Amino acid sequence: MKVLVAVKRVVDYNVKVRAKADGSDVDLNNVKMAINPFCEIAVEEAVRLKEAGVATEVVAVSVGPKACQEQLRTALALGADRAIQVEVEGSVEPLVVAKLLKGVVEKEAPQLVILGKQSIDGDNNQTGQMLGALTNMAQGTFASEVKVDGDSVNVTREIDGGLQTVKLKLPAIVTTDLRLNEPRYASLPNIMKAKKKPLDVLTADDLGVAISSHVTQLRVEPPAERQAGIKVEDVAQLVDKLKNEAKVIA
Amino acid sequence: MSTLVLAEHDNASLKAATLSAVAAASQMGGDVHVLVAGADCSAAAEAAAAVSGVSKVLVADNAAYEHQLAENVSLLVAELAAGYDNVVAAATSAAKNTLPRVAALLDVAQISEIMSVESADTFKRPIYAGNVIATVQSSDAKKVITVRATSFDAVAAEGGSAAIEAVASVHDAGISTFVGEEVAVSDRPELTAASVVISGGRGMQNGENFKLLDGIADKLNAAIGASRAAVDAGFVPNDMQVGQTGKIVAPELYIAVGISGAIQHLAGMKDSKVIVAINKDEDAPIFQVADYGLVADLFSALPELEAAI
Ligand SMILES: Cc1cc2nc3c(=O)[nH]c(=O)nc-3n(C[C@H](O)[C@H](O)[C@H](O)COP(=O)(O)OP(=O)(O)OC[C@H]3O[C@@H](n4cnc5c(N)ncnc54)[C@H](O)[C@@H]3O)c2cc1C
Ligand SMILES: Nc1ncnc2c1ncn2[C@@H]1O[C@H](COP(=O)(O)O)[C@@H](O)[C@H]1O
Repeated sequence: MKVLVAVKRVVDYNVKVRAKADGSDVDLNNVKMAINPFCEIAVEEAVRLKEAGVATEVVAVSVGPKACQEQLRTALALGADRAIQVEVEGSVEPLVVAKLLKGVVEKEAPQLVILGKQSIDGDNNQTGQMLGALTNMAQGTFASEVKVDGDSVNVTREIDGGLQTVKLKLPAIVTTDLRLNEPRYASLPNIMKAKKKPLDVLTADDLGVAISSHVTQLRVEPPAERQAGIKVEDVAQLVDKLKNEAKVIA
Repeated sequence: MSTLVLAEHDNASLKAATLSAVAAASQMGGDVHVLVAGADCSAAAEAAAAVSGVSKVLVADNAAYEHQLAENVSLLVAELAAGYDNVVAAATSAAKNTLPRVAALLDVAQISEIMSVESADTFKRPIYAGNVIATVQSSDAKKVITVRATSFDAVAAEGGSAAIEAVASVHDAGISTFVGEEVAVSDRPELTAASVVISGGRGMQNGENFKLLDGIADKLNAAIGASRAAVDAGFVPNDMQVGQTGKIVAPELYIAVGISGAIQHLAGMKDSKVIVAINKDEDAPIFQVADYGLVADLFSALPELEAAI
């Protein structure tokens, strides 16, 4: 079975992103970019399925400008067999990404599509579910375990109260949570090999999708600053402050 | 203007997050209706009818909706959305699962985790783990919105007397089934609703040591949370994780114990009213957001704290 994995290029998770002083946008000058952590987990899961003999081919796809080919090469170095870049300018909304991915799904006919649960830049948590609705596929979101079983897949999901397991008909969609697996590091030989793996470029036109915009970002600002706090000497002083100054305990 | 709020419930009762979603919906103006989709969920529907500010409750009571399978519930909500300007839900794991499907079915965007309603089409929401707040404007005629519950004061659970109306539509997509659930049972208040939260991190060293938090939590009627490192290491289950990708909490008092204060953890708790940090490293970033920082070994500080309160 073929597995399609969606990867997004985002600001590295260690970077503390700030709003520009004029509030026009976030400041992404000279910021380190990386593969979205949840997408890295998605690639790892697909590669493990291949190693276990469940998947036969792993195809990585990214929607973005040319620079996102870097993240596709990372996916190839981690073990994906080939890659597809859907070329768009700038960033597009989750609904549009989902429509473009639907186009790729129709071309590739994967049995499983694995996405991250959330991009750590926009914190949307939408694309996989939207793709599910557009393709009429079932979804196992926030997955911490994925078990393919014949023509269905069992997905254990992280929910507010604990864990839930659902059984989905294939083809299906999975979005990854952090504990699904621990991604490997790409070895140097694999990074070299990845450079020779096939990477195709498609356009929105090729997929018959019109790029639409539904939401406009009017301005950005830093979050409310917290007043600087103090260091207390010991537990006694802490309890005294909580009781008499902050008045949060009786 | 009218808004349909998708209720968060367990068939028997309505979850507090719904009250914050209703608060956000009320700020959007116009009528607020609540949809309770479930099975044998009349108790939850009755609770929804009592919520202040709600003028009608729609109940879709069918086995297809028992476990909130997104494939089924999204079809129902998309159908009902025809009569509303907005579809709103608290950003719980169930709504995060379902609402983007609704938005795609309606061919509109979803606006995730709004913190404020600026006008009928303009909202504020956090991006980049809450390091930036974006003001966004929607051009969709019908809007699908999830609400960050901690940003809206809950409306009163009592005082309303909405009419309850049954919805007959049954949508069973037939592509997914519920297999099982492991839900933690605890006598403590729910993490996202507690007024005091005490969380442990990697510094706790193991799951056994989390017992050191129990006595304090008992005395303060607190919920117990954790950092991702503590969850990943297997000290405690995933539903205790606070942060960008876990739960968002904003209690009156948040006590972080043996937690360094990574951006992703702060994203889940920095709107707490009072923050206390206990850490043996005086340079730990958690102290930058703490109102009261105690540089100490947690293994001596916790028993002392328990004795002193
Ligand atoms: C995509 C992504 C999403 C993430 N989402 C989340 C999230 O939602 N929530 C989250 O929490 N993290 C999240 N993380 C992880 C985050 O980056 C940090 O790795 C994590 O928060 C660290 O947890 P910690 O503070 O418990 O551990 P550490 O950073 O290891 O800190 C342990 C602290 O304990 C202190 N300590 C040790 N021993 C003692 C002692 N005896 N007494 C007192 N203090 C002691 C140390 O000084 C140290 O400061 C995410 C990461 C990524 C990449
Ligand atoms: N531009 C993109 N290209 C490829 N995949 C994407 C893109 N945007 C989002 N995704 C996928 O959708 C997941 C969730 O993203 P989001 O809905 O933006 O939070 C990501 O982890 C990716 O797997």
